[in-house]
Amino acid sequence: MKIELNINGVHCASDVEPRTTLLDALRDDFLLTGTHAGCEHGVCGACTVLLDGEPVRSCLIFAVQADGYEITTIEGIATSPGELSVIQDAFCETHGMQCGYCTPGMILTAHALLERTHDVSREDIVEAISGNICRCTGYGQIIEAVEFAADRLKKSNAPRRNKTAKIRSVGGHDAPERGILEAAADAPGTGPR
Amino acid sequence: MSADPSAFRFVSTNRRVREDRRFVVGRGHYVADVALEGMLHVAILPSQYPSARILSIDSSAALAMPGVHYVLTGEELVAAVDPLMNGLDTPNVKRYPLAVGQTRYAGEWVAAVAAETRAQAEDATEKLRVSYEQLPFVMDAEEAFKPDSPPVHPAHGSNVLLDKTFVWGEVEKDFAESPHHLSFRVVWGRNSTVPIETFGVAASWDPWREMLDVWASIQMPKYPDQIARALRIPANNVRVHQDVDVGGSYGVKRGIKHTVLVSHLSRRLGRPVRLIEDRLENMRGGDQHGPERIFDVDIAFNDQGIVRSMKMRALDNAGGYAGRAPFQLGKPIGAIVGPYKINSVQYRAQSVTSNKAVQEAVRGFGQSPTNYAIETAIDKVAVAIGLDPIEVRRRNFIRKDEFPYLIPSGTSYDSGDYHTVMEKVLTHVDYVALQKERDRLRASGMLAGIGIAACLEPSGGNSSFEPLLNEKNTTTTWMDSCRINIDGAGFVTVTIHTTSAGQGHETLVATVVGEVLEIDPDTIRVVRPDSLACLPSNTPVGSRMAIMLGGAAFHAAQKLKAKFIKIAAHQFGCKEDEVGYSGGGVAATQRKDHLSWADLVGIAHRNFHLLPAGIEPGLESTHVMQVPTGTKLPENGRVQMYPCHSFEFHVVLIAIDPVLGKPDIRRYVIGHDCGTVINPHIVKGMTLGGIAHGIGAALLEEFVYDGEGQMLTQSFMDYLLPSSHEIPKVEIVHHCTPSPYTVFGQKGSGESGYLGAPAAISNAINDAVRSLGISFSKLPIRISAISDAVAAAKQDKQ
Repeated sequence: MKIELNINGVHCASDVEPRTTLLDALRDDFLLTGTHAGCEHGVCGACTVLLDGEPVRSCLIFAVQADGYEITTIEGIATSPGELSVIQDAFCETHGMQCGYCTPGMILTAHALLERTHDVSREDIVEAISGNICRCTGYGQIIEAVEFAADRLKKSNAPRRNKTAKIRSVGGHDAPERGILEAAADAPGTGPR
Repeated sequence: MSADPSAFRFVSTNRRVREDRRFVVGRGHYVADVALEGMLHVAILPSQYPSARILSIDSSAALAMPGVHYVLTGEELVAAVDPLMNGLDTPNVKRYPLAVGQTRYAGEWVAAVAAETRAQAEDATEKLRVSYEQLPFVMDAEEAFKPDSPPVHPAHGSNVLLDKTFVWGEVEKDFAESPHHLSFRVVWGRNSTVPIETFGVAASWDPWREMLDVWASIQMPKYPDQIARALRIPANNVRVHQDVDVGGSYGVKRGIKHTVLVSHLSRRLGRPVRLIEDRLENMRGGDQHGPERIFDVDIAFNDQGIVRSMKMRALDNAGGYAGRAPFQLGKPIGAIVGPYKINSVQYRAQSVTSNKAVQEAVRGFGQSPTNYAIETAIDKVAVAIGLDPIEVRRRNFIRKDEFPYLIPSGTSYDSGDYHTVMEKVLTHVDYVALQKERDRLRASGMLAGIGIAACLEPSGGNSSFEPLLNEKNTTTTWMDSCRINIDGAGFVTVTIHTTSAGQGHETLVATVVGEVLEIDPDTIRVVRPDSLACLPSNTPVGSRMAIMLGGAAFHAAQKLKAKFIKIAAHQFGCKEDEVGYSGGGVAATQRKDHLSWADLVGIAHRNFHLLPAGIEPGLESTHVMQVPTGTKLPENGRVQMYPCHSFEFHVVLIAIDPVLGKPDIRRYVIGHDCGTVINPHIVKGMTLGGIAHGIGAALLEEFVYDGEGQMLTQSFMDYLLPSSHEIPKVEIVHHCTPSPYTVFGQKGSGESGYLGAPAAISNAINDAVRSLGISFSKLPIRISAISDAVAAAKQDKQ
């Protein structure tokens, strides 16, 4: 079936099977191979992309479901050819990676966090990246990278896109106030938006 | 070159890792990014049973599915390819990419479907009909070892792949003379490195050029040779493309069966063929599990806690086929006494086949399980004689002035200063305060413990364990190489002859060549020729690349420097010892004559008439480096294993809520000495990542099989990888004891952290629960195991 997606600010169209995941469509149909398949069951986070600025597992969403969202992949983060965003540069500064396979997902997750706020504690960062598994680094230099990027962004007077969004509480737990089932029962309509 | 860090321009400085730039923008080039014209995709049908005879495979319905080109079975493969290589001399343990006649573990690959898309191939595997006749099976290593157990390979005669006992020194005498003995068993659970990128390979056969092109997520020595042998084609008909980024490996990415499978399909179908494992194929049938090992240890020691002798029996469960798994019992022989002065050792290495997935090389190649057994022993000695575990280690450590130190099994340790590293860590952590904190936690009702582990990282990998365990194998070299070319415009290009999996080898060689030639490493281009244009390499295994690739790059650069000096001396009309190389130019020491980099390049590339006699034009040099110290075959069961020995010392504080049983790592400090560090970022990352991997092995990760022979942990919801929540902030205390055998004094660090973390965590948990009269002797130590054991112990006390 035909899909039209807004990827990195560009209008893209393709013809895919309904069962095609957003991950496969990004890689195979739109040749955006910076998004990586890791587990394809929603645990490792290697396939993370942003939908309207929020991190989403592209392996757990069909391409057709992504219609209507602003999709951001790692290819949409660098400022221009050969240049790096502040966050990407920070990952290079602290060597916040080794094999690079989880890195695009990790950077997009960090990007989403720092679009919300530049005032992040170590715990905030740990919570934010806890859905992205890195097998190489033990996370130490990744956390340093995000701390470094937050500090530089704070000092750079750069505007944030998502400043109204609140950072999730890391106080005790990350579950919603009410159970998922109760929330779903009250939700108007069906499915996302 | 001096090993004094202050003398270095680039080595040991905090330079960025050049590979990172492409990764942060998603421009890594992984095997799944290789798209070939007309490429077909493969999906796999796994065996449902741990052991069964394959009676028939009906592929008619599958072949009728849309997009399907072919269904491959083991029967076809066995006629077309040779069995995959075994490490030991076990010719009747035959392994092919697909099961032949019989399946030997649940998940083993039985048939492969090639189709236009991966989805179509997967759809078609569901239409394959296989009739099986179930056979008896054996999962447990001790059961498999018994003569009456069902043989996994009937033609081999038994399940025993290896059963070899080494006696180094006067073990019985030392035991008889020691007033104290203790015996215990510890078990290392079956886990693996489980990279986030699964294994993948694409192959394309061109029948007119007679060339097989291969792109793979590979980390394996002699990969092209193994492909050629299995396919029965000349090795120069195989071209492996090394410019493929590997998305994590840590030892296991050795997909020879995958490669032979797609290569055969490509030859058969005349199309490029690709297989990218999905996570289930990877974990269940990708043949990438790690060691699963039972240790029975006897220790003999005196009243002062000095360990005189050790007997260790290591029984390893290799899984359904042999591969290189048994060798993982051999490598630890090179550090079988750890950092301690143990006078004599008896070591019985046993490897058996079972109906579990096949084992592959995992970070440390068997060293981390062995260190877990040794460090458990040292803690038990401390408890037995009522000494602090620190003090027992202090008394048993090899002293700085005793290096090079020959251990009973034949390896000479190069250098080390274990006492200083330990004291630095204890000062950093404030050991007395840490003990007070542990006691405060205990007083507040928590279980709390301090865990210590001290161990070595043998590095500079050779393969001395091969001839040691297999007399037919006479390998005494495990070389690595580098080529440097300075082009006519004066720019430098350096080659690497292997793939990399995040170790930063491009940064390594650029730093080394820049250091020697005294030019900015950032101006140096690093490339990876395909395997037909490669010099010999044995890939990044055995913590070897800083030593071996770094060494080869160093020597190749020295040769170019020597050529510059020769050319300049000839122009100046003086002797070579009357000129000096500096900053890329050469100057006469007694006169004003000076030739710049551009002058020298110009002469070498354009002015043959100015070259001294016998000098080739151009500026190119190669160096093929032999592993330092590797000179001879084993004698009397003794051999020099790896040349260099890094040291690590872990101190961990763990608190456990006695009801929940969840170990909370409150403090983690590691003292690390890998000699001269070439890039501090890379070494730090290896150490932190190794610790995280070790925490996973100690607390979370295990491939669990049920009584029916089925693997239960088939996804990341069951096989648990540590997230950022599980990994504490780790503090690293540095020390540098240069190796006398390497060009800058560097040692290896690719396995650091992982080699001691499981032992340290285990020791901390056992310290925490000791007052309850319980202990844990099997990894991983799960939350449920702790809470159950604590509850049972408390009930017993009531």
